[in-house]
Amino acid sequence: MKHLLSLRETDAADIRRILETAAAFKEILRRPVKKVPTLRGKSVVTLFYESSTRTRTSFELAAKYMSADAVNIAVAQSSVTKGESLKDTLRTLEALTADCVIIRHSSSGAAHLAAQCVRIPVINAGDGRHEHPTQALLDILTIWEHKIVGREDDTYPRALSSERPFDLRGLTVAIVGDLAHSRVARSNVWGLTKLGATVRWVGPKTLLPADAHQLPVRVHTRLEEALEGADVVMALRLQTERQEKGLLPSLREYSRIWGISPRTLRYARPDALVMHPGPMNRGVEISAEVADGEGGIRAAIEEQVTNGVAVRMACLYLLMGEMMGAGE
Amino acid sequence: MEQRQVMDAEEMRRAITRIAHEILEKNRGAQNLALVGILRRGAPLAERLAAIIEQIEGVRVPVGKVDIALYRDDYPERQPVVGRTEVPFDINEKAIVLVDEVFFTGRTVRAAITALVDLGRPANIQLAVLIDRGHRELPIRPDYVGKNLPTARAEHVAVLLKEIDGEDCVYIRKPGA
Repeated sequence: MKHLLSLRETDAADIRRILETAAAFKEILRRPVKKVPTLRGKSVVTLFYESSTRTRTSFELAAKYMSADAVNIAVAQSSVTKGESLKDTLRTLEALTADCVIIRHSSSGAAHLAAQCVRIPVINAGDGRHEHPTQALLDILTIWEHKIVGREDDTYPRALSSERPFDLRGLTVAIVGDLAHSRVARSNVWGLTKLGATVRWVGPKTLLPADAHQLPVRVHTRLEEALEGADVVMALRLQTERQEKGLLPSLREYSRIWGISPRTLRYARPDALVMHPGPMNRGVEISAEVADGEGGIRAAIEEQVTNGVAVRMACLYLLMGEMMGAGE
Repeated sequence: MEQRQVMDAEEMRRAITRIAHEILEKNRGAQNLALVGILRRGAPLAERLAAIIEQIEGVRVPVGKVDIALYRDDYPERQPVVGRTEVPFDINEKAIVLVDEVFFTGRTVRAAITALVDLGRPANIQLAVLIDRGHRELPIRPDYVGKNLPTARAEHVAVLLKEIDGEDCVYIRKPGA
């Protein structure tokens, strides 16, 4: 594994390797001193062409907990505004002796282009409508913890993943909402199905991607049908500008038909886990009661964020090791 | 590959029992004592020592395990699989006995000490090993040794444990032969 660009191109063995490493790294996050010396003297650059709080902070903290130096480039204040191309920006970062670049861009395929420009590893932190692999990996880690290990199992994190393999066969994950614009939904389809889970997509017809039939996913148009028997319900963020573009009649109607609330959650299994990649529009795609896990509802939204740090530590560890000629 | 058995299950059992007695003698009992095995094969050895100490003293000492993958000094050359550090007790002010199967260059133990002090400040750290095969490269020496085994640097010492390998024995393997 040289880069992490998409889960479509990452095989199941590498996905499992990242998840196993991430599960081991969670222990570091619980220490009084959250730092290991492994990536000392290495530098990680986050290059974000789109706004982000959690993903960028998560990558920066992951790098710092591994003792790497993390530098953030705020594109709005950079030479990109002077017209520098993506290729030249990346070559400059490499010449500045960066050891890894994490890129977010509004164009699908930007991370692949970046990877062709430089010799250092590139991690895709979201490219257009294409993929957001680390988000899907943290979602899968969270699903594994809840559905395979069990939150009540006090042997975790002691239970080795060899005893609790990353095998999701028999699990059904329903992803609800704006699928046409969601790179999170796409990465999750590839990652989850490679580990054996069944994935269903459901949302208004105007928000379904045209190529959904080419993906290993079952597409539904009624929420009740998609949620029936689901072990995991993942609500996607609805970008409010979609309504302005005429894809939705109103947010209120969207919320009533597609919003995850205690009422609609009744279609899923009683122990269904609710997830959301954030940031949430409370009262639109997810109700406040569900988001806060009230009344026995299982929501894992904050755990997802914590797992994101562990997953990104694992990605940095594995990719920066490969770069130095290690690995198999 | 030529291999020669240097310890059988019974010899291993006696050596581990003796180490348990020595640990108790030196620490004047099991008060304030804790064992930490270095993954992978140090971990079951630490469990065995704790079981013997419990038989002798009637006290169950805390047992942990530490993974040193993130603390190695050879990370750029080899990228080890990360195991799970698990020290489910407060190590501050405790007497910690690190446990490993083979003592060779001392670099593993150096890494384990660094990993341990990241978790707190023990009163002291001691080292118990089943085999001391020589060739140390750092000023570190074990406090408790099951067997001193002179070896050539190119030889490989394999400690097999029932918990991991299904049997208890120690082999020396000569390369190439």
